[in-house]
Amino acid sequence: MGEIRLMKGNEALAEALIRVGCDGYFGYPITPQSEVIEYLSKEATNRTGMVVLQAESEVSSINMLYGAAGTGRRVVTTSSSPGISLMQEGISYIAGAELPCLVVNVMRGGPGLGTIQPSQSDYFQATKGGGHGDYHLIVLTPYNVQEMVDFVKLGFELSEKYRVPAMVLADGAMGQMMEKVELFDQIPRRTEFPEWATTGKPHDKERRIVTSLFIEPEVMEQVNLRLQAKYRQIEAEETRFQTMNLEDAEYVFTGFGLGSRIAMKAMELAREKGYKVGLIRPQTVYPFPYAIYRETAPKIKGILDIEMNSGQMVEDVRLAVGDKTRVEFYGRMGGMIADPESVLKHFEKVYLGVE
Amino acid sequence: MSNLVEVPVNPEVVQDQFVVYKKPKTLTDKPLHYCPGCAHGVVHKLLMEVVDEMDIQDKIIGVAPVGCSVFAYDYMNIDMQEAAHGRACAVGTAIKRMMPDKFVFTYQGDGDLAAIGIAETIHAANRGENMLVVFINNAVYGMTSGQMAPTTLPDMVTTTTPFGRDVKTMGYPLRMSELLAQLPATYYITRQSVHNAVSVRKAKKALRQALEYQKEGKGFCMVEFVGNCPSNWRMTPLESQKFVEEKMTQYYVVGDVKVPGGK
Amino acid sequence: MAKSLGDIVINIEKCKGCELCIAACPMETIALSPKINQKGYHYAIKVQDNCTGCLNCELVCPEAIITVYRKIVK
Repeated sequence: MGEIRLMKGNEALAEALIRVGCDGYFGYPITPQSEVIEYLSKEATNRTGMVVLQAESEVSSINMLYGAAGTGRRVVTTSSSPGISLMQEGISYIAGAELPCLVVNVMRGGPGLGTIQPSQSDYFQATKGGGHGDYHLIVLTPYNVQEMVDFVKLGFELSEKYRVPAMVLADGAMGQMMEKVELFDQIPRRTEFPEWATTGKPHDKERRIVTSLFIEPEVMEQVNLRLQAKYRQIEAEETRFQTMNLEDAEYVFTGFGLGSRIAMKAMELAREKGYKVGLIRPQTVYPFPYAIYRETAPKIKGILDIEMNSGQMVEDVRLAVGDKTRVEFYGRMGGMIADPESVLKHFEKVYLGVE
Repeated sequence: MSNLVEVPVNPEVVQDQFVVYKKPKTLTDKPLHYCPGCAHGVVHKLLMEVVDEMDIQDKIIGVAPVGCSVFAYDYMNIDMQEAAHGRACAVGTAIKRMMPDKFVFTYQGDGDLAAIGIAETIHAANRGENMLVVFINNAVYGMTSGQMAPTTLPDMVTTTTPFGRDVKTMGYPLRMSELLAQLPATYYITRQSVHNAVSVRKAKKALRQALEYQKEGKGFCMVEFVGNCPSNWRMTPLESQKFVEEKMTQYYVVGDVKVPGGK
Repeated sequence: MAKSLGDIVINIEKCKGCELCIAACPMETIALSPKINQKGYHYAIKVQDNCTGCLNCELVCPEAIITVYRKIVK
């Protein structure tokens, strides 16, 4: 049993970054996640010698992450939606150069400068590309403070296993809420680094080059084919999700992160009223758990997807089930958060005809 | 041209024991992609000569930019990273912070360092990052074939200043060395050229000095090179060297801009 | 009095005929060949046997293709 604490999501995430043996953090303050860099500035260097550097911009942060990741170190940046938009070029380069690292997006409402309140409107950006070129991030979506901690560790493990950058796609609510959390024990920082890392050319080996530039199209295509093969393997082996009450379910509520948390409460309210509602909660949204939706669809009457956006993940749900079941959506936007009662009312209206 | 007959080598002199110069071993055998007479080749050579002389091939990490020298890593036989356009100083910062005991340099052109990447450049300098910035200033965007750079001279013709750079609407050429010398955290800032044998000798000393300072942990050093771009200046290599001497170095005065202890 | 006997060997296949070495040579030892190399460049050649091994040509050579020799004869 690890240490139990009551912690704010952002601070729990920061604590997990220290404990996971991070070598470097590069970031720029932005609401609603500035507690991460504040916590690390105070705690990290004294405890583990981790480098914490406040960059001049998100553009610089993500390129520092590229440089640091290229030395084979365990490194991270965190930001929120507008900052993550600024980082997209760098994320594409990191994906192209196949550098493992962690990017955390504590989402807020948009578009543009938007609002500082929680939102989930960066799903498309996180899962369908974001920057230019054919690439993916491994995207983990925490629905409570515990997963803010657990997904830091899992994110690094997956990222390093595949040399694919990972993202924790959280939101302002996860960042700001306080919950009980169990922390894993301190993992020592690494002292040995991968073969491909630019740590100074060994006398007896070829030099290492970190680059996403492959000017010969024949080579560039081969790089792309190798990346795509990795993505197929990740899709086959690393999809993670949670289900509840599917055994007798006639309907399924779904959502990711904050949306799934609201869906879970709405499911409980529905059960109290005698409706047989289950839940599917993707923990990875890339790779997306298409199969569980596909398998469940013929057995149920409908799916209600709840997201704090205009309906983004719902496109993947519809792609998964085709015409095998009906899919409805309930969302709030611009920093507004759905309440479980309204979700239940919407469910009763669209599926049961109750006004 | 009739009397131009190749004279055979003198076997008395051409012997291994009498070699006074040969290509540094840290420079690869790959033919450079640069245009004939380009200063990049000379600076690549000098940098690798210094790496050889300091015996730090296994301790140095270079950062290549976007621009003509994007393929610098093809020629320098050391570990290298290729940065996004303008971000070399951010990439270099992080490499050095992760491995303070290693040598780090960035190699950047004027568009990369002084236009799109000026924020990264200034902030790395202002933090006093203990690394070397090698800055090639040839007053033009070379790789994209000759557009105006932030360092293009007043009235100089480029493909985007076909009537000459009008400083009233296009701004004045940036003197990056003087600008960075203002920052308290910078340690050694010097401007060099490689347009003749004398200047090449001095330039190499400057590179060596900057890396020695880095070894001592002194902080941010930049060696700016007033370079040439024969192709985009529409000149022969020799004409371009003359332009460096007569025009470029008038605006970009060669010499130390900031030395330890102040000057 | 000591005399400096120099010589140069140019890797002509990598020469781009920029002529910088020719301008840098104080002895007019080097000239551009009327012939071309495989890349199509007229390349630098030694045309006089008067090299002193002063290094000027290699200093300005962007391609790093000139090896310089120097023998001191008493």
